[in-house]
Amino acid sequence: MDFGNVFLNPEIIATYMPQMVRAVWVTIWISVLVVISGLALGAFLAGLRAYQKRWLAWPIVLFADLMRALPPLVLMLILFFGLPSLGVILSDWFVLYLVLTLVLAAFVEEIFWATLTSLPRGQWEAGAATGLSFNQVLVNVIFPQAVRTNIPQLVNRSLTISKMTAYGSVIGVKEIVSVAGSAQAFSGSATPLTMAAIAYLIIFFPAMLLSRYVENRFHYDH
Amino acid sequence: MDTIINAFFNIDIMRQAAPLLLKGAWVTLQLCAVVIILGISGGLALGLLASSKNAAVRLPAFVFIDVFRAIPPLILLILIYAGLPFIGIRVPPFVAVCIAFLLNNSAYFAEIFRSGIKSVARGQTEAARATGLSPAQTQAYVILPQAVRNVLPDLLSNVVEIVKLTSIASVVSLTELLYSANMARAVTYNSSPLVMAALMYLVVLWPLVRVISRFQRGLSISS
Repeated sequence: MDFGNVFLNPEIIATYMPQMVRAVWVTIWISVLVVISGLALGAFLAGLRAYQKRWLAWPIVLFADLMRALPPLVLMLILFFGLPSLGVILSDWFVLYLVLTLVLAAFVEEIFWATLTSLPRGQWEAGAATGLSFNQVLVNVIFPQAVRTNIPQLVNRSLTISKMTAYGSVIGVKEIVSVAGSAQAFSGSATPLTMAAIAYLIIFFPAMLLSRYVENRFHYDH
Repeated sequence: MDTIINAFFNIDIMRQAAPLLLKGAWVTLQLCAVVIILGISGGLALGLLASSKNAAVRLPAFVFIDVFRAIPPLILLILIYAGLPFIGIRVPPFVAVCIAFLLNNSAYFAEIFRSGIKSVARGQTEAARATGLSPAQTQAYVILPQAVRNVLPDLLSNVVEIVKLTSIASVVSLTELLYSANMARAVTYNSSPLVMAALMYLVVLWPLVRVISRFQRGLSISS
């Protein structure tokens, strides 16, 4: 039994490399879209909640709780298999994008909200005293501080959610795992699965090092 | 409105699917118990190694942690379940899930324990050693209790993440909650069993998520 030939067969690597490279791009661009829209939506929701209106806060808290408590895979299956019976058909990649964006937004909203409530009242008062409106204080005084203190958490959450693009394989998105899975079935070799694991290492190992750097750089000792 | 109720909240179908889903929930519960215990033990050991002063011990621990945080647990699981038979090792789905989760969860728990240990002031170690405690005693009675208390919210939220993560076991046909619900959906051509599974996850995880939010707020105000 040749371990290398089973898990890293050169011929099979050569055959499936082009497909795998395409799959890597799919994984990357869905991740980038999810991170951008998830961060934006999460920040926006935390901002809305800062207005302290009950009818605004309730739905936001409910949304954030549900998205943090439910497994993303369950949400994806419900949207992918359930919506067509209402006449709404979403494409596989859009379901993946939508669910991951909502989940990321929920976590980001909670991260920002925890900071918004913990900043000293003096920040708000000083902002108001210089003649800034509530909106201006929120955007120009409070948010920059919230972003800075939470960079490590935001980076970690973004990386975690990016790795969840692997769930797309369950509903047929042509990302790394699904391409590797069908290549494995087709070739009868474990090599494509190893290629998938290596592809993730190439993408995310540097990201892990980056997140360590960021954590040290923005670490506050208290 | 009727179509929505019929497609997602169909009581008749939920009643039919209930026995299957309860069985699945029981498997999920057992799975959670095993993988959480494995993950915490592995993570604690790894976290201690990663906190070592000796670089020859620390660096391999860091590489292990970063490698298994970089690879999504889903591909790890598929690699173990579908890959090992190629070298003559056939593992049942439950065992494959446990191995994949041990590798992945240990890495995450290790990071949490490590940051907890780092958060305990150095004076604590020095004081404990000065009173004559051995290095092992210092670690066990002085450092770790404080470290764990400092990262309790992170430990709890990682447990929630793991419970949610067990749903990927459905991919290797382990008959846990999501697998059972998806079976029921395929048989009945109706998504209500999936919604029912979602509700079962909510019953357990919603309270935990609330507690985590409380924790975060409490901590950030005091610090």
